[in-house]
Amino acid sequence: MSIKHKDGKPISASKLMDELHRYRKGSVTRRHFLGVTGLGLAASVLGTAVPGLRPRKARAAISGTLSLCTWPNYHNQANLDQFTKDTGVPIQVTTFGSNEEMLAKLQAGGTGWDVFVPTNYTISTYVKLGLIDPLDLSKLPNFDAKTNDPRFTGEGTVDGKVYAVPKDWGTTGYAVNTKTVKNEMTSWKQFWDLAQTDYSGKVTVHDYQLTTIGNALKYYGYSFNSVDAKELADAEKLLLAVKPHLFAITSDYQPAMRNGDAVMAVCWTGDAAQMARDLPEIKYVIAKEGGEIWTDFFAIPKEAPNKEAGYAFIDFLETPAVNAKEVEVHGYPSTDSRVTPLLPDAIKNNPILYPATDLLTNLEFGAAITLTDPARAELFARFKSA
Amino acid sequence: MREISVRWPARQAPDLEIGRKQSLAPTVKRSGLVTALLVGPAVTMFFFLLILPLVVVLIYSFGERADAGGYAPAFTFENYLNLGARGKAFFNTLTLAPLATFVTILFAYPMAYFLAVKCSPKWRTMLLVLVIVPFWTSQLLRYYAWMLILGSKGVPAYLAMLAIEGVRIINTPFSVLIGAVYGFLPLMVLPIYVSLERLDKGLIEAAEDLGATPVRSFLQVTLPLSLPGIATGSMLTFILLMGEFILPAFLGGGKVFFIGNALVDLFLQSRNWPFGAAVAMALVIIMFVTVFAYMRFVLRKSGVRNVAMV
Repeated sequence: MSIKHKDGKPISASKLMDELHRYRKGSVTRRHFLGVTGLGLAASVLGTAVPGLRPRKARAAISGTLSLCTWPNYHNQANLDQFTKDTGVPIQVTTFGSNEEMLAKLQAGGTGWDVFVPTNYTISTYVKLGLIDPLDLSKLPNFDAKTNDPRFTGEGTVDGKVYAVPKDWGTTGYAVNTKTVKNEMTSWKQFWDLAQTDYSGKVTVHDYQLTTIGNALKYYGYSFNSVDAKELADAEKLLLAVKPHLFAITSDYQPAMRNGDAVMAVCWTGDAAQMARDLPEIKYVIAKEGGEIWTDFFAIPKEAPNKEAGYAFIDFLETPAVNAKEVEVHGYPSTDSRVTPLLPDAIKNNPILYPATDLLTNLEFGAAITLTDPARAELFARFKSA
Repeated sequence: MREISVRWPARQAPDLEIGRKQSLAPTVKRSGLVTALLVGPAVTMFFFLLILPLVVVLIYSFGERADAGGYAPAFTFENYLNLGARGKAFFNTLTLAPLATFVTILFAYPMAYFLAVKCSPKWRTMLLVLVIVPFWTSQLLRYYAWMLILGSKGVPAYLAMLAIEGVRIINTPFSVLIGAVYGFLPLMVLPIYVSLERLDKGLIEAAEDLGATPVRSFLQVTLPLSLPGIATGSMLTFILLMGEFILPAFLGGGKVFFIGNALVDLFLQSRNWPFGAAVAMALVIIMFVTVFAYMRFVLRKSGVRNVAMV
């Protein structure tokens, strides 16, 4: 999905549709889009209910449909189509913008998801709340724990049992449009200071408490995961001061960055890689103070209606050749060392995906407490409503 | 019968009253079964889809947030005492929703007046269809188009060509206002159109025969008699705007925060369901009180009692 955005030109119809498509897979309102328009439901119902539209089965090991809950722009459509072609199982995709939202839906029950993609720090909470079961690794022959770096995969295991297997990893830094931003950007301090001065009105932050509060904490050199009252109060002071200068609070920042409304954005690895693919002037900064490093996992909800299809799907995507095709599209590095050699050189040498090791040393994995801490949640609400 | 401000042949309102009574007068005695069949579906729906959920929300609003988020049973007024924490969201909604409703009336009334009074019947049907045409496309799609129109490559870029530099529209309360007026205009135009179309043209002629200027006959005849249409349109617009969360998220960029957005966050992000329930109850009560007060006010002004909404 590559879009060439020409500066200064009005939006064309096809670009509008493309942007809409992006939005549908995008962030804040993506979560409402399918539901509100009914398009997603209509499409998936049509795809599964009309016999003529159902793909033929290549093998009859699994049946039914597969409901996948994942993040926007996170899979290679060709892989999903291939799975359906091989197994005859159509895939219904739901996308979400935050771990909180995934948790809220699973807590409420009745999601019908067979596979979902939680981030490392949330898995222990899912286990504690009894929302996921340990995985039967014998059903995942293509997954190899030994070729996955334990630094990235450790949190999938709780009390010695594997509850989730890794999908990919990434960092949370910020994207900079170097056409406008001429400063040598290296730190969160610069990011937040310049957001209030030189680039006032042109900066976006995530609509996501973990990263927005976390990176405000880094301004003072505190831990990304702090729940300390005094440290959070400092972060709040900064966020409230920055708020009037922000272009938007949104996790769907690609459109604003691409058309020039925003020149800096708190950003994940893959979004930066996807934007830089089309617009070379967009650079990705991992701040020297640190920030977040994370792993996303595959897990199967306890209440999943079609667990067998869930296992088959995870196993399919853990196949190195398939996984490599995923990475080429979503732009997040795989945790599996068997995948990297299969990637094109352009990706293997891309510093956005594979930053210098010394940049990673200060990064922190999210802590479980941040997911459920009421103080952080209320701080973020105050920031948003200020 | 209340006095209306039309002094001349004050017959429109009485006519309506009589017409209503006549049409409702039961000429055939209805059996209880028929009544039950007619009322049944509505009562069932109201009970299961409105009353019951509201009771659940009410119960939740006295509960506590569970440790990992969600609902834990309790009996506390804490959530209601904490409503001030969402004061800004209430303030934004309670200022922008009425303002947008008012501005929508200003745009809709002339349109409806033209359609009902000035427009030749030949064109009327087509123009009415055009009013509804926007509804054929998803609201989200249209708001997304507005994001691009109001974004820096849209209107501000054209203003810059006219040497008006540095205009910022998107992600401000103003852009939310534009979106609201645009989005709810058809809901306002149609009821006003209906009330103007029903208006007895003889009344205006009579007013003019008796020496009223066009302005006076509009202010004292046409406008009061179209108030029910304005009231219905305003209610549709206002109630929907009060619960809106997509519009502020799209055109406000997360910076114009409505109660609807606060609710979405409370249920899906911070997962403080009891507090969310309390905010929702407060919204319901505010809505009920304002709508009730507004309808009473309008009814008193118009002197007509048969407003569809009440």
